[in-house]
Amino acid sequence: MSIYLNKDSKIIVQGMTGGMGAKHTTLMVESGANIVGGVNARKAGTTVELGGKELPVFGTVEEAMKETGADVSVAFVPPAFTKDACIEAIDAEIPLLVVITEGVPVLDTAEVVAYLDGRSTRMIGPNCPGIITPDESLAGITPHTIAGKGPVGLVSKSGTLTYQMMFELKDFGFTTAIGIGGDPIIGTTHIDALEAFENDPETKAIVMIGEIGGDAEERAAAYIKDHVTKPVVGYVAGFTAPEGKTMGHAGAIVSGSSGTAQAKKEALEAAGVKVGKTPSETAELMREILRNL
Amino acid sequence: MEFQAKELFAKHGVVTTLGVVAETPEAARAAAEDMGGATVVKAQVKAGGRGKAGGVKIAKTADEAESYARDIIGMEIKGLRVNRVLVTPATPPVEEYYFSFLLDRSNRSHLCIASVEGGVEIEEVAKTNPDAVKKIPVDALEGVTPEKAAAIVDEAKFPAELRDQAIEMVQKLWQVYVEEDATLVEVNPLARLEGDKLEALDGKVSLDENASEVRHPEHAQFEIREEADPLEAKAKDKGLNYVKLDGQVGIIGNGAGLVMSTLDVVAYAGEAHGGVKPANFLDIGGGANAQVMADGLDVILHDAQVKSVFVNVFGGITACDEVANGIKGALEILGEEASKPLVVRLDGNNVEAGRRILDELNHPLVTQVDTMDGAADKAAELAHQA
Repeated sequence: MSIYLNKDSKIIVQGMTGGMGAKHTTLMVESGANIVGGVNARKAGTTVELGGKELPVFGTVEEAMKETGADVSVAFVPPAFTKDACIEAIDAEIPLLVVITEGVPVLDTAEVVAYLDGRSTRMIGPNCPGIITPDESLAGITPHTIAGKGPVGLVSKSGTLTYQMMFELKDFGFTTAIGIGGDPIIGTTHIDALEAFENDPETKAIVMIGEIGGDAEERAAAYIKDHVTKPVVGYVAGFTAPEGKTMGHAGAIVSGSSGTAQAKKEALEAAGVKVGKTPSETAELMREILRNL
Repeated sequence: MEFQAKELFAKHGVVTTLGVVAETPEAARAAAEDMGGATVVKAQVKAGGRGKAGGVKIAKTADEAESYARDIIGMEIKGLRVNRVLVTPATPPVEEYYFSFLLDRSNRSHLCIASVEGGVEIEEVAKTNPDAVKKIPVDALEGVTPEKAAAIVDEAKFPAELRDQAIEMVQKLWQVYVEEDATLVEVNPLARLEGDKLEALDGKVSLDENASEVRHPEHAQFEIREEADPLEAKAKDKGLNYVKLDGQVGIIGNGAGLVMSTLDVVAYAGEAHGGVKPANFLDIGGGANAQVMADGLDVILHDAQVKSVFVNVFGGITACDEVANGIKGALEILGEEASKPLVVRLDGNNVEAGRRILDELNHPLVTQVDTMDGAADKAAELAHQA
């Protein structure tokens, strides 16, 4: 088992023919993920060979879904066009939409998130590495070679910390690792992923990685306290970040006393979550838990 | 800054008084003379609490305006040097209100905050009389229609005689928020002047950098170069994601989260090495080629405070051998200018090849350490010894 993505997932790529799209479609195909086609209105009807696979290009998400039975779309569309690409996929009722694109205007994301309300699509991202269910499927840019299948569920705001943590715990492996992105507004949240991991019988323990900015970690802590029975280990990046400076991610900013790493760590610890000081220490905390399961 | 916010207000028809920006006391005097003498002289910096810091003065005459400007220009407010003042006609408000639109991260939407009880003392009002501060959600798809604007004005309990003006102003402020791609549009105080006129007396606008990049090239004009840290300005010119901090260990890494984490790990390690701290945030992103690495090192090595540099890369898509070649190339490009010890930790994709390249390079300044925590400790130790 896994969350959101498994070996049966059929994936299309919006923006497959662009530079980023082509590069990562190739890597997804090579990872063994079932990529079934791409979407580009201007190249509809053609095919593209990526990773040794001949992939059809469709004019719309709706058409691609009808022709291939796709149930996942990964979007590598440039930021100016991301909103429209998302709305199109949501209108086509794609079950899972993974938006990799970095630099999407936050007002656009707010509109898309409001549009999701009451519709059937789950969106991950934007500005995220996507989701990987090791040895089964990959919808995004996470290297499939870092770690294999295992009992840990991982949810993280940061891409490279996702990779780092998968690497640290490669001796155990993962059910699913999901990077939700570091933008101020995102689709799938820490809480959504925690709920899914709690309900996934194969996930035995959960690692949650947060970073400065917003109050998502505090809210996740409250959720864990009331709803999560599985052990959770946490890590928060940005203890040394000064107030008012954006640290790379658009959402990673400490404003006044809110959004600090310390406040997030305290909230998580109050909910019974063990929080590591460094990624390695966090992995070690998880290892201890897994040994005792 | 205030004068820039007001330019955006005026562009969208929000009632405000632009005033005159003065960089010298003499210019402030000339502006005040044109306005008849009675003026307000306000420090222009990107910081709140300007009034409390002595950066806002009411002048009765042009002489006074000049003398206040002399006091204010050059002063520091929250660590920021004041380089200019805004001179506006003194229009004492009859009443002061607060109004803002902002991004509501928790609810993944927009929020309007309005209060007729407080202007500049809004934070105090929020504490002592929270009911007087209205928080009204705004739907991201519907936005602020005339009906929504009326509902906001009524809920905030604006005086009846100002209702129509307030409704119009609320719609225009929403226009500023949406059309400029702002994450905050704040009017504080929103003033009721003599004759029941509503005016945005002071304001603040935060713009979404993503949107500025995608569809607002004109926003580049709001950046005031001389206010930026010189190293930050240099990094920006080279397209690097760099933030200057106040420490001794230079940091280069890939990915925002990993770099933030690296700063923390170095700060912990520094506790055992004379309290050395990270000197900067620098994310070189995915493709760490020689030129990007050289540009990054170039910026960091010109930070006089830096005593050692920690390069922390996890090869995800990026291959470690490319990064190692990047470091090698960077050292060649920089030559003699590379003068501080480099601690390198590589892991992930193609790590053996990457480590081998650096082993073979055998550069006197480069030390390789296999783990992130171990490398942070080494970098802190070297910075402390230097």
